[in-house]
Amino acid sequence: MKKSTFKRAAALAVAGMMTATALVGCGEASSSNAKDDSSAAGNAKNGKVYYLNFKPEQDKAWQALAKKYKDETGVEVTVKTAAEGTYESTLTAEMDKDNAPTLFQVNGPVGLANWKDYCADLSSSDIYKQLTSKDYALEEDGKVYGIAYVIETYGIIYNKTLLQKYCDSDFASVKKIEDINSFDKLKTVADEIQKNKDKLGVKGAFTSAGMDSSSDWRFKTHLANLPIYFEYKDKGITSTDAIEGKYLDNYKKIWDLYITDSTCDPADLASKKGTDAETEFTSGEAVFFQNGSWEYSTVTEAGMKDDDLGMLPIYIGAGDEANQGLCTGSENYWCVNSKASADDQAATLEFMNWCVTSETGTKALADDMGFVIPFKDAKAATNVFVKIDNELTAAGKTPVSWNFTTMPSEDWKNGVGTALTQYAAGTGDWDAVKTAFVQGWKTEYAKANG
Amino acid sequence: MFRKPKRKIYFLIFVLPTLAAFLIGFVYPFFNGIYLSFCKFRTTSDAVFIGFGNYVKAFQNEGFLHSFWFTVLFVIVSVVLINLIAFFVAYALTLGIRGSNVFRTVFFVPNLVGGIILGYIWQYIFNGILQYYGTNLALNANFGFWGLIILMCWQQAGYMMIIYIAGFQSVPHDLYEAAKIDGAGKRQLLTNVTLPMMMPSITICTFLTLTNSFKLFDQNLALTGGAPGVVSQATGTTVYQTEMMALNIYNTFYANQNSRGVGQAEGVIFFVIVVIIALVQLYFTRRKEVQQ
Repeated sequence: MKKSTFKRAAALAVAGMMTATALVGCGEASSSNAKDDSSAAGNAKNGKVYYLNFKPEQDKAWQALAKKYKDETGVEVTVKTAAEGTYESTLTAEMDKDNAPTLFQVNGPVGLANWKDYCADLSSSDIYKQLTSKDYALEEDGKVYGIAYVIETYGIIYNKTLLQKYCDSDFASVKKIEDINSFDKLKTVADEIQKNKDKLGVKGAFTSAGMDSSSDWRFKTHLANLPIYFEYKDKGITSTDAIEGKYLDNYKKIWDLYITDSTCDPADLASKKGTDAETEFTSGEAVFFQNGSWEYSTVTEAGMKDDDLGMLPIYIGAGDEANQGLCTGSENYWCVNSKASADDQAATLEFMNWCVTSETGTKALADDMGFVIPFKDAKAATNVFVKIDNELTAAGKTPVSWNFTTMPSEDWKNGVGTALTQYAAGTGDWDAVKTAFVQGWKTEYAKANG
Repeated sequence: MFRKPKRKIYFLIFVLPTLAAFLIGFVYPFFNGIYLSFCKFRTTSDAVFIGFGNYVKAFQNEGFLHSFWFTVLFVIVSVVLINLIAFFVAYALTLGIRGSNVFRTVFFVPNLVGGIILGYIWQYIFNGILQYYGTNLALNANFGFWGLIILMCWQQAGYMMIIYIAGFQSVPHDLYEAAKIDGAGKRQLLTNVTLPMMMPSITICTFLTLTNSFKLFDQNLALTGGAPGVVSQATGTTVYQTEMMALNIYNTFYANQNSRGVGQAEGVIFFVIVVIIALVQLYFTRRKEVQQ
């Protein structure tokens, strides 16, 4: 009798425990701790910060910074990083949890439309006042929903040593690197390098324009920014529900250049990865490499010195080329979760402010992460591409703004990317790119905003 | 006297953890998912009911309709091929060849590798070959289709083979002897003795291959990712030629800010289709099963 009671009790206990374990973590997001728009009140000391980081390459640096913050203030900062290309799905999953991220990021107006209901108004926050220009805030309906925390630059990175070698050679018709200031010059240089690639000891002028998902954003998003930028500029607008595609011929010209004067056959581009292009560039197999300031740590770790590196604006033969600068902007806006508790929101705001004002924070952002931050206390960056951008801007060149944040949807980008791949391989024609670009924009815009 | 009711209590107690896990991990998300397919939402906790709008959009989604027909074609070809291969490999390995245990292991091992890894490995293999012909998996839907078929056959045939081997071994020898005495040839033995006795294995294997092929996601994502795409002249949207239903649903879900509910509705439609097809298949193959 006793034994069986014990057995029964044990069985119950085991069953109970297992059920309890099964239940843990499945709890519905309770509404008790979800208060909207409570950024005013709240005690930062009682709150905690959960930052869902977008940039995998900076994960270690963020973890270290979070630890330092805890040592200094005692406030817990959790940093999690979404795997590359999965930020949106990770954010969706995390936002559903009880302990949702208190600090997350959106990529601009289109990203904001997705998460607006979750973004607290930051107009009265300290960090907003720290911005060097209010242009770096993501504003809508008179409210500040996001704050850009890093400014980045992209263009055509070049191997200075190799390009100089070209300029010094007898077949070069452009004798000085500074003379490359238009699409036509760029094309001349690239064509001549391609023609004499054996003499220069390279495989091609441009690194492979890989269309694998690890690399296709360089063309479907970043390169596509240029025709959009010039069209917006002509019309004096900052976003549109229907793009005209006025500069698509220029887009074709630069894309043709990338795939013709390249290290590989255009048909192979479909499966070329981002690392392929990186390796080609750092091992001196190609002279030009379209990428951005975030690539600095990768190329220097591969052994390239600052003196080997330069960056040219992406000339597509449109606008005032003599005064065109690099493409500079941000697609990284910090947002504070408005559904987090008041304490957590306060703690998060304090952490953000600390990152961009304190000695430790600004140093970590500048040195460990290589970020250029648009805040008053920012440390000068060591990043050579950023320096080039500053020099060009100081010399009166107009930076090309980042308009790809207004692209209507991921589907649109993927459609353009697919069409570009097939055009490069010769299995598709340029009309498909045009259709995906122009008609696709209209359809996708309607879908996303309908 | 006391035993029986007590046992019942124990059953209940021991089934409780699994039942709870099933309710929480399956039944609740399932019904919540159906509800969400009628909603506009960002996260599952902020859903707003909107009615049938998502279903209307799902049926207007060209990509979804295309993925349905692509999936159907894929399922037909892969179910037939996988089962044929598995059946004959199992047959060969029950003939008592030397080293058949080694072969069984070898054929089974691909099944233990994850779909994503498999997809990438085969992508390298196929692209490595196709490179010599100046083309690529991402450029031709036929390559993508047959690539998926080869991958799935390689992965699944081993598993089905194990089930078929068990089936072969369960056919009683006296049945063969009796049939031989009655003058049955090799062919008649196969069609009149082996196959009817194997029907339970065939039911299981067709069911598994059918549902597995229908729900295929990882391998599809890793191997082709849906490429190549065809741009529609009228709308400018791209329809991905080798995108199967599960991948299309996933992509739709994250397509834009309004598309979560549409993806969810597609998921419910997908569920209904898989259930209907699986039940019809079970009904027809079960009818052919014989009692031993």
